[in-house]
Amino acid sequence: MELLSGGEMIARAMEDEGVEFIFGYPGGAVLHIYDALFKSCKVPHILVRHEQAATHAADGYARATGKPGVVLVTSGPGATNAITGIATAYMDSIPMVVLSGQVMSHLIGEDAFQETDMLGISRPIVKHSFQVSRTEDIPEIIKKAFYIASSGRPGPVVIDLPKDLTNPHDKFEYNYPKKVKLRSYTPAARGHSGQIKKAASLLLGAKRPVIYAGGGVVQGNASEQLRVLARELNFPVTHTLMGLGAYPASDRQFLGMLGMHGFYEANNAMHHSDVILAVGARFDDRVTNTCGKFCPGAKIVHIDIDPAAISKTIAADVPIVGPVDSVLVDLLAVIREMREADSSLPDASSLKHWWSQIDEWRDAHGLWVKPRYDLSTPFIKPQQVIETLCKVTHGKAYVSSDVGQHQMFAAQYYKFDEPRRWLNSGGLGTMGFGLPAAMGAKLAFPDADVACVTGEGSIQMNIQELSTCAQYNIPVKIISLYNGYLGMVKQWQDMQYEGRYSESVYENSLPDFVKLTEAYGHVGIKVTQLSDLEEAMKEAFARKNDLVFMDIHVDPHEHVYPMHIAPNGSMRDMWLSKTERT
Amino acid sequence: MMRHIISVLMENEPGALSRVVGLFSQRGYNIETLNVAPTEDPTLSRLTLTTIGDDHKIEQITKHLNRLIDVVKLVDLSEGSHIERELMLVKVRATGAQRAEIKRCTDIFRGQIVDVGPSVYTIQVTGAADKLDSFLEAVGEAAIMEVVRSGVSGIARGEKILSL
Ligand SMILES: Cc1ncc(C[n+]2csc(CCOP(=O)(O)OP(=O)(O)O)c2C)c(N)n1
Ligand SMILES: [Mg+2]
Repeated sequence: MELLSGGEMIARAMEDEGVEFIFGYPGGAVLHIYDALFKSCKVPHILVRHEQAATHAADGYARATGKPGVVLVTSGPGATNAITGIATAYMDSIPMVVLSGQVMSHLIGEDAFQETDMLGISRPIVKHSFQVSRTEDIPEIIKKAFYIASSGRPGPVVIDLPKDLTNPHDKFEYNYPKKVKLRSYTPAARGHSGQIKKAASLLLGAKRPVIYAGGGVVQGNASEQLRVLARELNFPVTHTLMGLGAYPASDRQFLGMLGMHGFYEANNAMHHSDVILAVGARFDDRVTNTCGKFCPGAKIVHIDIDPAAISKTIAADVPIVGPVDSVLVDLLAVIREMREADSSLPDASSLKHWWSQIDEWRDAHGLWVKPRYDLSTPFIKPQQVIETLCKVTHGKAYVSSDVGQHQMFAAQYYKFDEPRRWLNSGGLGTMGFGLPAAMGAKLAFPDADVACVTGEGSIQMNIQELSTCAQYNIPVKIISLYNGYLGMVKQWQDMQYEGRYSESVYENSLPDFVKLTEAYGHVGIKVTQLSDLEEAMKEAFARKNDLVFMDIHVDPHEHVYPMHIAPNGSMRDMWLSKTERT
Repeated sequence: MMRHIISVLMENEPGALSRVVGLFSQRGYNIETLNVAPTEDPTLSRLTLTTIGDDHKIEQITKHLNRLIDVVKLVDLSEGSHIERELMLVKVRATGAQRAEIKRCTDIFRGQIVDVGPSVYTIQVTGAADKLDSFLEAVGEAAIMEVVRSGVSGIARGEKILSL
C-alpha cells in the first residue's frame, strides 16, 4: 500500500492515465501540485503564456490524437482565463480534463484571495464537473473525469481542487482504479436494429441521396466506416466545417463543405435530395439556413451518439442513437443483406441521373474545378495561399485555423484526405484558437507538418505563445493572411451595412510581424508577390526545426463565397460573388 | 402547450440541483414549480418539476436532463395516469363572522386549520395544483395574508415506479 499526498496523487494519476502532456500555468492554489510534478511526475508540462492557450493547446492535442487533453490552472484568474477554451472544447465535443485550483476548503465562500466559483462559472460549458472534498477521492474522481470526457459524446470535465486537499503532509492510500462505473451514465453502445433496418430501406430506395457528415464522424473514429458505406452505395458526401477530412476530399464522391460558406454543389445536392443520411452532425444554423425552408423534399436519417442532438432543430424521420462507428457497421451489414435479396438496389439509373445533375452543378460553380475568384486585382488572393499550402504540404499537414475569412478559405481550399488533420473552432468560433491548437498537434506529432492558418487579427489574440514555442521548440508554421482588416467583419459590413467599417480597421497600428517573430527568436518571412509565394512556402516548410511566421499580404477586399443568403434563404440560396447570386 | 410534471431521480450530490436549474435558464425553458428531497436511499434525490411547453420542447427538456451526468432516470408523469399533490399553507385574516365562513370553506376543500390566532387562521390544504388555486379563489384575495406552496409532487399510479 502506498501513501501519497493529494498533489502526489494527481502527478501519479497523470502517469497512470497515460497522459502525454499537461498544459498549464502555476499559481498559489496549485503550488502543492506543481511541487509534486517537479519532484516526481514523468509527464512533461508545457508552460503556456496565458491559460486560454493552455486549454486550446490541450484541445488541439485532443483533436489531433483523439485522446483527452489535460489542463492545469490555478484558482481565480487562472480558472477564468481557461473558460474560453473550455467553452470552445464543449461546443465541438472535444475530450478535455481541466484541473483547476481552488482556495482552501475553509475559505470557500468567503471571497478569499483568488477565489472564484469555478464550478458555477463553468457549469453551462462542461460535460460534467467535480469538486473534490476529500483527498482520498482524488484518484477515483480523476479516473471518472477521463472516462466521462472521452466516452459517449466527448466534452470537457472540470475538477476543482481546494488547496488544502493537495498539501504534502496529509497522505492517503493511492490506488488508481482500472475502471469506473457510473450508475447514472451509460452512453448508448449500439444503435436500435429496427431503426437501422428502416434507415437501410430508405437509403436503398433513394433516388437523390446525400450523406451529410459532421464532426461526430471524426470524434467517433468512424471515417473508415463512412468511406466504405459511401463507396458501396455510390452516394455523394458532403461535410460540415467540423467533419472535413472524414471523407477524402480528393475523392470524386466528395462535394466539399456545405452550409453558409459551403460549395454550390453541396448545398444544392442537399436542397434537392430525397434522402439525407446525417451522421454525427447537428443541423447547426450555419448549415441549415432557414429551418422552415430546409431541404423540402428530403426524408432524414439521423445517426448520433447524443439523443439531444437529434430532432433539435430539424426533425428526423429515422432517428438512430448510437456510436456512429458501430451504427454504420450495422447499417452496412443490413444494406448488404437487402442487396443480396434484391441486387437492383439502389436504383442505378436514378443515381446516374443524380450524379450527372451534381456534376452539372459542380461544373457551373464548383470551387475546385477552376478558380472562381477574381484574378484581375494585383494582389495575392487568399485562396491562392491555401491552394499553395495544400500543394506544398501534399494535403497531409495538420492545419489549425483561427476564425474569419482565412478560416473559411482554409476549409474550402485545403483538401483534407484524412480525419483529425483539420483543427478549428467550429461551434464557438474562437479567435485565438489557431496557434495554441497547432502547438498541441505539433507536440503530439513532432515529425508532421503543422500549419496554423490565421489572420492578423486572430493571431494577436494569443501571439504570446510564440514564447512558449521558443521554450519547448515547437516549430509550427504560421500562415498569416494579412488583409489589414477584421476581414469577416468587414465582409458583413460590405454586404449588410453599406461598407461602414465600424471598428474593423486598425489604422496603421499593426506590428511588423517579421520583426515581432524575430524578437521571439523565430523566423519571419513576408510575402507580397504571388510569384514569391510558392518558393517562400517551400522554404518555410523546409525549415523543419524553425517556427516560421509567414506574413502574407493578400487582397484586402476579397470576400468568401459562396455565402448563404439570409435571412429567409434556403440551402440553395447563395451569393456566388460580389455581383452574382442564385 | 401543455403542463408537464417531470420527475427526476438523481444523485444526491452537491451541485446536482444547480445543474438541473441551470439547464432550464441556459436553454430558455421555464420552470413553474420545483421541489427536491432525498429518497429512501440517501444517495438519491427525487426532484419534481412542472413546466409548460409543446411536445418538441418537452422532448428537448427530457433529453437534456437525461444528458446530465447526475440524472439517473426520469419520467414525464403527465404521459400516464398519476397522482399529483401539492401542499399549501395559507395565512388568512379571520375575524368576526369571517371565522366561521373560512372554517366552512376549509372543510369543503378538506383542508385543516393548523394554527389559530385572535385574528388569523393558518390553513393547510393539499391536492392537485388547480384545487389549491380554487381554494385561494374561494377564500378571496382580501382575506389572504401569505401563501406558501410546496410545488407539485407526483407519482405514477399502479405498479409503475421510478427507481434504480
Ligand atoms: C474572440 C472573438 N472575438 C470576436 C469574434 C468575431 N469575429 C469573427 S471573424 C473576425 C475577424 C477576424 O479577423 P482576422 O483574424 O484578421 O481574419 P480575417 O477575417 O481578416 O481573415 C471577428 C472579429 C470572434 N470570432 N472571436
Ligand atoms: Mg484580417
